[in-house]
Amino acid sequence: MDKTINITLKVWRQRGPQEKGAFQTYQLEGISVDSSFLEMLDILNEKLINEGQEPVVFDHDCREGICGMCSLYVNGHPHGPDEDVTTCQLHMRKFHDGETITIEPWRSAGFPVIRDLMVDRSAFDKIMQAGGYVSVNTGGVPDANSIPIPKPDADEAMESASCIGCGACVAACKNGSAMLFVSAKVSQFALLPQGRVEAARRAKAMLAKMDELGFGNCTNTGACEAECPKNVSITNIARLNRQFISAKLKD
Amino acid sequence: MWLLNSSIGRKLIMSISGIFLILFLLFHMSMNVAAVFSEEAYNTICEFLGANWYAVVGTLVLAAGFIIHIIYGLWLTLQNRKARGNDRYAVNATPKGVEWSSQNMFVLGIVILGFIVLHLSQFWYKMMFAELTGNVSVTLGDTFVSPADGAAFIKYYFSNIVFVILYLIWYVAIWFHLTHGFWSAIQTIGWNNRIWMNRWKCISNIFATIIFLGFAIVTITFYIKSLA
Amino acid sequence: MTQIDSKIPEGPLAEKWSNYKAHQKLVNPANKRRLDIIVVGTGLAGGSAAASLGELGFNVLNFCIQDSPRRAHSIAAQGGINAAKNYQNDGDSVYRLFYDTIKGGDYRAREANVYRLAEVSNSIIDQCVAQGVPFAREYGGLLANRSFGGAQVSRTFYAKGQTGQQLLLGAYSALSRQVNKGTVKLYTRYEMLDLVVIDGRARGIIARNLVTGKIERFSAHAVVIATGGYGNTFFLSTNAMGSNGSAAYQCYKKGAYFANPAFAQIHPTCIPVHGEFQSKLTLMSESLRNDGRIWTPKNIKDAEAIRAGKLKPTDIKEEDRDYYLERRYPAFGNLVPRDVASRAAKERCDAGYGVGSTGLAVYLDFKDAIERLGRDAVEARYGNLFQMYEKIVDENPYETPMMIYPAIHYTMGGIWVDYELSTSIPGLFAIGEANFSDHGANRLGASALMQGLADGYFVLPYTIQNYLADQIQVPRFSTDLPEFDKAEKDIQDRINKLMNIKGKRSVDSIHKELGLIMWEFVGMARSKEGLETALEKLKEVKKEFWTNVRIPGEANTLNTELEKALRVADFIEIGRLMALDALNRNESCGGHFRVEYQTDEGEALRQDDKYMYVSCWKYEGEDKDPIMLKEDLNYECIKVQQRNYKQ
Repeated sequence: MDKTINITLKVWRQRGPQEKGAFQTYQLEGISVDSSFLEMLDILNEKLINEGQEPVVFDHDCREGICGMCSLYVNGHPHGPDEDVTTCQLHMRKFHDGETITIEPWRSAGFPVIRDLMVDRSAFDKIMQAGGYVSVNTGGVPDANSIPIPKPDADEAMESASCIGCGACVAACKNGSAMLFVSAKVSQFALLPQGRVEAARRAKAMLAKMDELGFGNCTNTGACEAECPKNVSITNIARLNRQFISAKLKD
Repeated sequence: MWLLNSSIGRKLIMSISGIFLILFLLFHMSMNVAAVFSEEAYNTICEFLGANWYAVVGTLVLAAGFIIHIIYGLWLTLQNRKARGNDRYAVNATPKGVEWSSQNMFVLGIVILGFIVLHLSQFWYKMMFAELTGNVSVTLGDTFVSPADGAAFIKYYFSNIVFVILYLIWYVAIWFHLTHGFWSAIQTIGWNNRIWMNRWKCISNIFATIIFLGFAIVTITFYIKSLA
Repeated sequence: MTQIDSKIPEGPLAEKWSNYKAHQKLVNPANKRRLDIIVVGTGLAGGSAAASLGELGFNVLNFCIQDSPRRAHSIAAQGGINAAKNYQNDGDSVYRLFYDTIKGGDYRAREANVYRLAEVSNSIIDQCVAQGVPFAREYGGLLANRSFGGAQVSRTFYAKGQTGQQLLLGAYSALSRQVNKGTVKLYTRYEMLDLVVIDGRARGIIARNLVTGKIERFSAHAVVIATGGYGNTFFLSTNAMGSNGSAAYQCYKKGAYFANPAFAQIHPTCIPVHGEFQSKLTLMSESLRNDGRIWTPKNIKDAEAIRAGKLKPTDIKEEDRDYYLERRYPAFGNLVPRDVASRAAKERCDAGYGVGSTGLAVYLDFKDAIERLGRDAVEARYGNLFQMYEKIVDENPYETPMMIYPAIHYTMGGIWVDYELSTSIPGLFAIGEANFSDHGANRLGASALMQGLADGYFVLPYTIQNYLADQIQVPRFSTDLPEFDKAEKDIQDRINKLMNIKGKRSVDSIHKELGLIMWEFVGMARSKEGLETALEKLKEVKKEFWTNVRIPGEANTLNTELEKALRVADFIEIGRLMALDALNRNESCGGHFRVEYQTDEGEALRQDDKYMYVSCWKYEGEDKDPIMLKEDLNYECIKVQQRNYKQ
């Protein structure tokens, strides 16, 4: 009783970072519109395995939109044409019968392709390691309620913190910039008294690492915000700019 | 030096030079509008901006602003192309809410620069530059005019429909460049937040439109006058 | 027969942990640098442990299968984390949290461990706030709480519907700081395939680099397993696709006891299954039961009409709705523990009152909450969950009730550990969901985050020193030792064997078959006959797998099918262990429900005189049945009674 559709897939296949990739075309028939996009890829892979071919490699894990692992560029959009979702939450009802769907990996110098649609996003970890933390050791911290935090600040910090680190911002940015990711983290801490203590140091360290890793310069096109599955705002970028500039001016 | 070797530093220079150029445009536009009301007033300004030391210094500063803006624009763009990687997307779709101009600032910049060359050759080269080189009169078509007679230049060039159209295209490019450039500069400096985001964008559009209208009105007015 | 020593410290319950800490052995700073610790897993338990051990000065090697530590499945926890702060002045205390946890676990958890858990719960909240975790706050600037299943107080701290994510990011940031300092070395996209035991002590692991396919060796003075649960044995669960029980199973094969494998939690509020192609089940946070009311139609005719698509839930009049949890459990209502709510939903559906096209769903309705609080307030509380539901099901939960059905969510069972979180192999520790210790037969909502972080931040960093203090003379190990050679060869042989089967079926297809058997016979309602059938069927699945699986590609490079195959091979074994344990336990308790043992009202009936013990399974060899050892549970502070959520 489920409605089904037939689709053509153009999938990017690439053996390794140094090898040349190309699109492969696959036909799929009778895909239920209630299946998720990744379940559709599971069906494709099952078919490929049964034909003795190697399955399409793609990153995925929680399949409920929070781990940030899935990373497909579908029909010109990171995480596909639906709004505010990750690829794993994209459903086939967003496509029509007979449609050709082009699936590409994140393309950015900062995210080299590992295989097919899987890319290496360890650069984000490196940026975090440069300063994306509050320097407290386990234990010996004050009571949780000892510092009241105004609700609007806490809420805004939460919004910045909702970044799942998927890299859609970099994938969407024509400059390959990671500013939305970096600014979201810097903002979360800058908005909270716990993080403000080392806010200046953090902003400088994280930005320097981002630059070092070869991400581009933000030109405020806002594509990152538009494609972000968690709606992280580019006002975070303004905050990072402010933090960074004032930190440098004080030096 | 963080202004050179950090991305925000480079962008800050881009922003500040941009804002400086925007202010210049505002001044230039106001000066032009004066010509519509009084050609003498306009010429007085032209004379004031002739081969005087302060005008020369101003011009040099302005030129520096342009050059910095252009060099940094070029530099950032090259870096950004590199950051994008070697493989390009096969399918591109502009997400909702992304301004066309924001994705084409560099192209717009090149268009604007091309027209600046034309504009400088038509006006500045025959005006301030001529004065500096000691010429008391320059050729303008079949006639000789004083380099300080700005109104004559306006009347001459804006009577030609080809130039009028070219200049109008230029203003449109500037309009696009400014609608993004203005608020983007503010954003880069960090004077932005959730509330001001839309306000700045709105101010940007209004400001760019004022600049556009100011220049366009002068151009069109003089063209119409030339027909009479 | 081997005696099980849980090493519970002497003294009154409330003083055990303080006494332990006061008298345990410690390692001095100069020696810490010379001691290596392998931590497998980067979730709440593994991440917080690796960070804390790094802060102490140990040399930590931290492994995860994902591309970043931040993606561990702890991230998916939505609702919150419990702590006995009593900020709400509603009568909470360490004792009450302890009591609720023991009772929620149906009296199958170890008193001393649970008390310690309740004791350190408050420190976790302090720690997370100091790290910059943006917990929800009241307008006065202080922390907000919500209530959760199985408790009569509001003790759950939350960060929107993303508590797990925020806590994990806190641990991840602490971990990142240590990586920056050089005390922790990260190995991402690495999967542990075997434990290396030298002279009876855990001394290293064999791991596969998932990108290059290379098998690598790592040695250390101690190994910590924080690899989560084995819920994916059921194929369909709320676990992430990569979650697996292999690391734990390898430890079991090397001699660590596997405790209470049958205790798996079925979460009542998941989005129902809707097709064969389904790859996983999505959980809707338990916090929804705070304001949502669960019901099915009162009349079977209405239920039939709904299933046939002739009636909509909104057409059913108030008096024709059966709010069965409120009816059966007036005291706790919609907030009964998960096992109770799950079974009640199954009971309704089995009786023919289920809704949805499959009849395997019940309603979770927010109509009253929206009328009482307003749409905005409901949106503020649950907006992201509602949005998630709408994206998946394509229905607007503000207008029509959500459909939910129970699904496998969490495994209370796991590697057996003593009070020090040490397994039965010296030098091997297990923390978080990977161990069995704190939740008994059923875990309360918002307690998994608490346990993971308690183990990682506040327990293991102490107890592991008691072991390592004796190891300071032991120099770093070479990975050229024969034990490493053998472990690597075994793994290589296993991989070669798998690659050479070259059968006809994909790994997933066999995994799905396994899942269906597990769900039918080892799921929510188990019986002796069913479990015996399951054991037979599992044998067939195992045979099918080892003779007919097809893995394309090469072993010595990235190969996602090989990764899955290695995990499924272990899931089949774990499934068997679960069935064996369920068959052994002739009683119903918590998540383990044997249809033969229920009250007249259909509630779980424990057999305390016979089964008040932890069943610890000891591996005896590939084709032999494991031996079951018992750790008796002694309740000194709590009066054991029938769980009652009615009054």
